[in-house]
Amino acid sequence: MTSSTDAPTASDYRQGEQNIDLTSVHEQIERAAVGAGGDDEHEELLTLNFGPHHPATHGVLRLLVTLQAEIVRDLKPVIGYVHTGIEKTAEDKSYWKVIPVVERMDYLSYYFNAMAYVGAVEKLVEVEVPTRAQYLRVIHLELNRIASHLIWLGTSALDLGAVSIFLYCLRERELILDLFEMSSGQRMHTRYFQVGGVAEDIPPGFEAKVREFLKVMPERADEYGAILNSNEIVLQRLRGTCPLDAHTLLSLGVTGPLLRAAGNPWDLRKADPYCCYDHFDFKIPVGTVGDNYDRFAVRLAEIYESVKIVSQALDGLPEGPYTTTDRKVALPPRHELATSMEALIHHFKLVTEGFRVPPGEVYNPIEGPRGELACYVRSDGSSKPARVHMRDSSFVNLQALRHMCQGSYIADMIATTAMLDPILGGIDR
Amino acid sequence: MKRERVGGPGTSTGNGGPGSASRTGGAVAGAGKDLRVRELNAHQLLRGAEMEGSNQPAHLEGEELERYVHERVLLTTLDKTVAWARSNSFFPLGFGLACCAMEQFHAAGPRLDIARFGFEAFRASPRQADLIILAGRVSIKMAPIIRRLYDQMLEPKWAISMGACCSSMGVFNNYALVPADKFMPVDVHVPGCPPRPEALMHGIMKLRKLVQDDPDAGWRERYDAVGTEEHPLDAGGAQTFAGEGQAGRAPRDIPSPSAIPGASLEKRDA
Amino acid sequence: MPDAPGLELLARELGDAALDTVYFRQKGTILVDPARIRDVLRTLRDKGFSFMASVHGVDHYPEEPRLGVIYELLDMSRVDRVAVKLRVPVDAPHVDSVTPEWPTADHQEREIYDMFGVVFDGHPDLRRILMPEDYEGYPQRRDFPVGGEPVIFTRDERKWLEAREDELSSGLARTQADMRASQGQGRSRSAGSGR
Repeated sequence: MTSSTDAPTASDYRQGEQNIDLTSVHEQIERAAVGAGGDDEHEELLTLNFGPHHPATHGVLRLLVTLQAEIVRDLKPVIGYVHTGIEKTAEDKSYWKVIPVVERMDYLSYYFNAMAYVGAVEKLVEVEVPTRAQYLRVIHLELNRIASHLIWLGTSALDLGAVSIFLYCLRERELILDLFEMSSGQRMHTRYFQVGGVAEDIPPGFEAKVREFLKVMPERADEYGAILNSNEIVLQRLRGTCPLDAHTLLSLGVTGPLLRAAGNPWDLRKADPYCCYDHFDFKIPVGTVGDNYDRFAVRLAEIYESVKIVSQALDGLPEGPYTTTDRKVALPPRHELATSMEALIHHFKLVTEGFRVPPGEVYNPIEGPRGELACYVRSDGSSKPARVHMRDSSFVNLQALRHMCQGSYIADMIATTAMLDPILGGIDR
Repeated sequence: MKRERVGGPGTSTGNGGPGSASRTGGAVAGAGKDLRVRELNAHQLLRGAEMEGSNQPAHLEGEELERYVHERVLLTTLDKTVAWARSNSFFPLGFGLACCAMEQFHAAGPRLDIARFGFEAFRASPRQADLIILAGRVSIKMAPIIRRLYDQMLEPKWAISMGACCSSMGVFNNYALVPADKFMPVDVHVPGCPPRPEALMHGIMKLRKLVQDDPDAGWRERYDAVGTEEHPLDAGGAQTFAGEGQAGRAPRDIPSPSAIPGASLEKRDA
Repeated sequence: MPDAPGLELLARELGDAALDTVYFRQKGTILVDPARIRDVLRTLRDKGFSFMASVHGVDHYPEEPRLGVIYELLDMSRVDRVAVKLRVPVDAPHVDSVTPEWPTADHQEREIYDMFGVVFDGHPDLRRILMPEDYEGYPQRRDFPVGGEPVIFTRDERKWLEAREDELSSGLARTQADMRASQGQGRSRSAGSGR
């Protein structure tokens, strides 16, 4: 960050600004914070209600903020305003019908929700997912990670006041949603991941379009970095604000870019690879201080890494089936229904009743864009799950907000909420 | 309270001149289908002919005539202009609940630009907004808050229920959600899960047409929401102009959407 | 993952607090005595499982004891996971809260309380987190009805309406009262009241 002495001070007005002495104001605030003397009005604590409808909250998050002048002394998040009872609804549906329901939890990372759930069911059913399907899954997962980070960047920049970044990020996200529409027919909540593989193979032309996007995305990410990293307001608001060390984060259960920004390189894609992630060569961006700027920089760098992963996956995409050949779990391809009686019976059973899953409990963690996203599925042997629980990363990360914001200004709290990347759909489920 | 679409039969004000012929011609055509006061057309009004099978005089006079002119002539064009202005400059409330909010962002994004239509000024405060787009699922904890937001909006205000979750119960028909119709009047429901940004625009265009045709389209009677106005009703029970004779459709012929969740996805065909 | 013999050794170290072990799909679960949960977690933390990934509840209806709480632990240095499970009956659903030692369990225990009714003794702020504060009932128990609106097709619309003439004419209040009476459980007082 350029200090004020390096910045061009062409006009007298700027020079005058440097002569303002703020030490007395700082002292006053310090005194009030310590509580030693000062006027009564400085010692009074004010509880302010942010939300649930507020332009700076990401979704319907309500914060009860206890303030002393402008310093946050305590913070209580109140959630539940978009609680949809998804886990309860999932108990009512057969296993493959749960996929669209569970996708709508963390509504920016729908492929990740589906992956966690589908991975858990595959563990229970012990079905082998073919490599082509795994590579396709990786492609879609990383594209979704980029899309999620783009919305995060857009809305965070919007909160900080940089409105144009919001529109740029939406422009890129439109390209990604076009790709999703090409492969599955839907822009969001695509129901593309199924138990045993993916719903359909990618159409011809998909690979070319993805490569076009991959050529464009790093340049655009460079643009965003260039705009934001040289904007002094953004830097002043993000650098040094609300840091939190890795030890506290770990005790709060926080994972993902927040933990990596604090210096701990924990990433399930590298530590405990699933879905062929060990076939790809990518780095994990790690921060140093753990303040808002590191959180921003880590997520921006992750976009480049995801681009790398997608391009490697496209290069190495193997031929083969796009879903498991076990007809007791995956639907047979439609052309078989005309010729094979067995395929017809399998199709019928799968669509009406669904496949039965042996009883047991499974916890399947994956690395989502916000941290460890895991799905716990308990099966009692029937064709409907007995319990589906998503360990959502935003839900656990939200507990860290209080620790991050205590002792800092309200404006920093707004920036921190943006950098925390809470998705209320995942928090409330 | 149906707003008439009559071009303006200039009768007692005696508007002569070049325009009057077309005006009268248009008036006859328009009046024939819209005039509710006594099933009269302008010809009968002008000539004072008798209505068939009725013992009422077929023409208006005195105070009735003045009121008729006041409604149809002076204010209709003004109302139409105001309606045109309102419909082209909705100020949506920046309000997103869940996944549909993402598609709402895209509707405001660069590809499908809501600013082309004049609606890019998303206001943060409900006091400055006149269109609330319920984008996402409404949980029972959030419903009273949305109702309060809606009440804080100033008249005239419209509501679009975007997506399947707030229109009907959507994918999740369970204890935690409530359809938007149950606690607030909704003008347009946009189906989809989530609806494409183009679908949202289609819904907003329908609302725009609705506003241009019929700004106060009697929704308060339909949803039993009388008493929600900011301006109190006058003694006669009528808030605006055409009180009697607006036979139209009786409230019970249109099933109240709050009684049939999921059955009315789009209740108005403009 | 600790393999099956490793799981047994772990369970042996916990002593009589460990009631049972299950090794399923390459992952171990230890069933423990609810009263000793804090000691168990402390021992496991000393053994290296220092990250609590998740705390979630299960309803084992109709088997008793019905309500289960599962703690997922992760050893980051060895990339090991183990699950600790406990079960409490519905009529005495008290479990010691582990929040003082594992701050991550704060909101998660509140969610289990909200959804299942397990009361965590010693939790700093045990209130409902997802449902409205005055909600009655524990939604994710398996004997709680899913709820929702009745689904009416357009062809049945008129018949449905006629059958409910008098209800509809007096507004929704009576319908809601009926639904409340027939379903019994879990209707919040502020649901859809438009306040």
